[in-house]
Amino acid sequence: MFENLSDKLERSFKLLKGQGKITEINIAETLKEVRRALLDADVNFKIAKQFTDTVKEKALGQDVLTAVKPGQMMVKIVHDELTELMGSTATDINLKGSPSVILMSGLQGSGKTTFSGKLAKYLKEKKGKNPILVACDVYRPAAIEQLKVLGQQLNIPVYSEDGNKNPVAIAKEAIRFAKQRGHDLVIVDTAGRLAVDEEMMNEISAIKKGIDPNEILFVVDSMTGQDAVNTAKEFNDRLDFDGVVLTKLDGDTRGGAALSIRAVVNKPIKFVGTGEKMEALDVFHPKRMADRILGMGDIVSLVEKAQEQFDEQEAIRLQKKLAKDQFNFNDFLAQINQVKKMGNLKDLAGMIPGMGKALKDVEIDDNAFVHVEAIIYSMTPAEREDPSLMNGTRRKRIADGSGTSIQEVNRLLKQFTETRKMMKMVAQGKRFTPPARNVRR
Amino acid sequence: MGLFGSFTLKKKESLDKGLSKTKESFFGKLSRAIVGKSKVDDEVLDNLEEILISSDVGVDTTLKIIERIEKRVSRDKYLGVNELNSILKEEIASLLEENNSNDVSDFDLPATGEPYVIMVVGVNGVGKTTTIGKLAYQFRESGKKVIIGAADTFRAAAIDQLEIWANRVDVPIIKQKMGSDPASVAYDTVASAKANGADVVIIDTAGRLHNKVNLMNELTKIKRVMQKVIPDAPQEVLLVLDGSTGQNAFEQAKQFTLATDVTALALTKLDGTAKGGVVIGISDQFKIPVKYIGIGEKMEDLQIFRRKEFVESFFEN
Ligand SMILES: Nc1nc2c(ncn2[C@@H]2O[C@H](COP(=O)(O)OP(=O)(O)OP(=O)(O)O)[C@@H](O)[C@H]2O)c(=O)[nH]1
Ligand SMILES: Nc1nc2c(ncn2[C@@H]2O[C@H](COP(=O)(O)OP(=O)(O)OP(=O)(O)O)[C@@H](O)[C@H]2O)c(=O)[nH]1
Ligand SMILES: [Mg+2]
Ligand SMILES: [Mg+2]
Repeated sequence: MFENLSDKLERSFKLLKGQGKITEINIAETLKEVRRALLDADVNFKIAKQFTDTVKEKALGQDVLTAVKPGQMMVKIVHDELTELMGSTATDINLKGSPSVILMSGLQGSGKTTFSGKLAKYLKEKKGKNPILVACDVYRPAAIEQLKVLGQQLNIPVYSEDGNKNPVAIAKEAIRFAKQRGHDLVIVDTAGRLAVDEEMMNEISAIKKGIDPNEILFVVDSMTGQDAVNTAKEFNDRLDFDGVVLTKLDGDTRGGAALSIRAVVNKPIKFVGTGEKMEALDVFHPKRMADRILGMGDIVSLVEKAQEQFDEQEAIRLQKKLAKDQFNFNDFLAQINQVKKMGNLKDLAGMIPGMGKALKDVEIDDNAFVHVEAIIYSMTPAEREDPSLMNGTRRKRIADGSGTSIQEVNRLLKQFTETRKMMKMVAQGKRFTPPARNVRR
Repeated sequence: MGLFGSFTLKKKESLDKGLSKTKESFFGKLSRAIVGKSKVDDEVLDNLEEILISSDVGVDTTLKIIERIEKRVSRDKYLGVNELNSILKEEIASLLEENNSNDVSDFDLPATGEPYVIMVVGVNGVGKTTTIGKLAYQFRESGKKVIIGAADTFRAAAIDQLEIWANRVDVPIIKQKMGSDPASVAYDTVASAKANGADVVIIDTAGRLHNKVNLMNELTKIKRVMQKVIPDAPQEVLLVLDGSTGQNAFEQAKQFTLATDVTALALTKLDGTAKGGVVIGISDQFKIPVKYIGIGEKMEDLQIFRRKEFVESFFEN
């Protein structure tokens, strides 16, 4: 994982400390760090440069009297600027038209077919729509079959014409068919294509012309690098699309392409894909994305990562326990095992806002848990079930039994209480700043 | 409208122009900037930086390249544009691991007596299945007995997709039902290859993001199970990277290597405008050669990777 931007800025701000105002000279190092963080996050070279220029103008224009803590002010300017560029409010999908027609577009493998299925499910469940999916990818092996399988899973019909190699004709016919069957939503999946493929770009323009969609979505892989600007621009020039879908955000990419695309085509990002399953769709949160690009920590992805490791049952059970405040030492033990399974503890903790820096010089290895486990194993089943039983005698016995000290037992009990608090907050979706000593040894 | 509203409107035009302009003029600038100097001009380095970063080479590797070039130039006291031009490309190319079959135009494989097992891995949608189709075609064309295994039992119609490829290039496929155990499919495939004296086995796996521990463990398991049939299988673990992927490819290489000991890379979709420069840093850091590049969706659209041509492409438009 890249070094957190706020850490980097803090370092470069040391240069600014004690200086009353922001000047061209003292801001230079800071802007370099910002620019570098953006490039590490795959923001396009030119966009990153323009972004830092804008930030600079804004910072230099600030009333110098307020610049007592230039460091903090810069973080805020950068973050605000980024959030604003990402689009300060969520933009809804346009469902006018009867039926409303949505056309998918994008490069090969970006996630169009998968997202077509997700969107159909989402609009069926959330907006009470009666969708039909249309298979217009006549090229990729088994592309039609793929959409059919998804349709079957979702119990949503799929219109396809086996053997017909003309996607424009298929799309037109599908709309007629949809009207006839009373579908109020038509989602048209298309083949992946490169922006430089003249013939294929003409084809999708022709599909657009043929069916006059209410909404054209450009589906883009969030791991895309510098080329995102070229592709987005070319597709937008051709299709004048209405919104962007950012897929595969369940990965650990910083997703700077999102910023590049916003800057170059100025179209809203409407949805994100967060997994391969049909429910893994989310509306776009600009602030969350800004945090992610800057590496400011994203508690949401931490929770998601944790969830990934649980089986569904376990997650539900835990959720209930947390809500009722019944989280006990057995759960704590299970948690430790989960965390150990997740691998690199430090990476994981780095996702918690504020934690990155605290952990910078702390060595964490999996042995960190050895004592903790020993202590818990020395508790009686009743004690593990009900942590409130723990009195002085019990603590002493546990310390002896586990070959640790009473201080260590006390520390663990304290940690446990804090973890419980923290877990409860996570369960309720609140942000938190955990005390650093929780993870220090 | 905030600051960025005006930013987008105002700067968009120059950006449009800029995007197409940069690369053409690099060598023009180069010649102007260096004539009669013994140190590389800042303007040249700035331009080089832009070219490399815009090709997804990444900041760290770009700085490393620039440093090497500066050193080399101060040592060699270069004479003119042509020299600098070739020094540039040499230095960049030298970061890429030498591929053993570098100058072999056909798709050769070591003759071991056992079937040569290639396990293909990578994140979602990069082009694994397509690359397998193309590889199977190449191996079959060069007279090898090929067998492919459909161990992506997860994604909708993944098995059908591979089966169409198998028919297209006319090689046998081993498959089970959707949802079955991928390790068991891999086992069957390798066992069948051994029994039938096949030369090459190619195993397709489901796309998976490298930060999903369970899915990465599954790969390790698939690998282990094949070793019950052929102890040193898979002789090759081919990580497929999408040529348009940015810096995240580093993390992909790292995590897939941890889980499966990746031995070679394939870089796909280079027929687009993306340059795929991130492989330079990856190849350098993990000492893994790039073996193949994908340049289209047809079965012939696979080539052996060539370092020099690849680097050249950064400086073309
Ligand atoms: N982890 C993850 N995988 C995704 C997501 N969206 C799509 N995928 C996966 O990405 C791969 C490609 O998805 P598709 O829907 O086939 O992509 P496509 O754009 O239709 O591809 P083509 O039709 O070949 O151009 C599949 O393995 C999907 O399961 C996502 O949000 N997260
Ligand atoms: N233009 C171009 N498209 C390619 C290339 N390689 C693969 N594709 C396309 O990329 C898309 C995804 O390819 P797949 O082979 O299905 O990718 P995958 O990695 O197997 O995908 P999952 O199994 O879903 O993870 C398809 O539309 C392919 O036709 C290439 O070199 N160039
Ligand atoms: Mg598709
Ligand atoms: Mg596949």
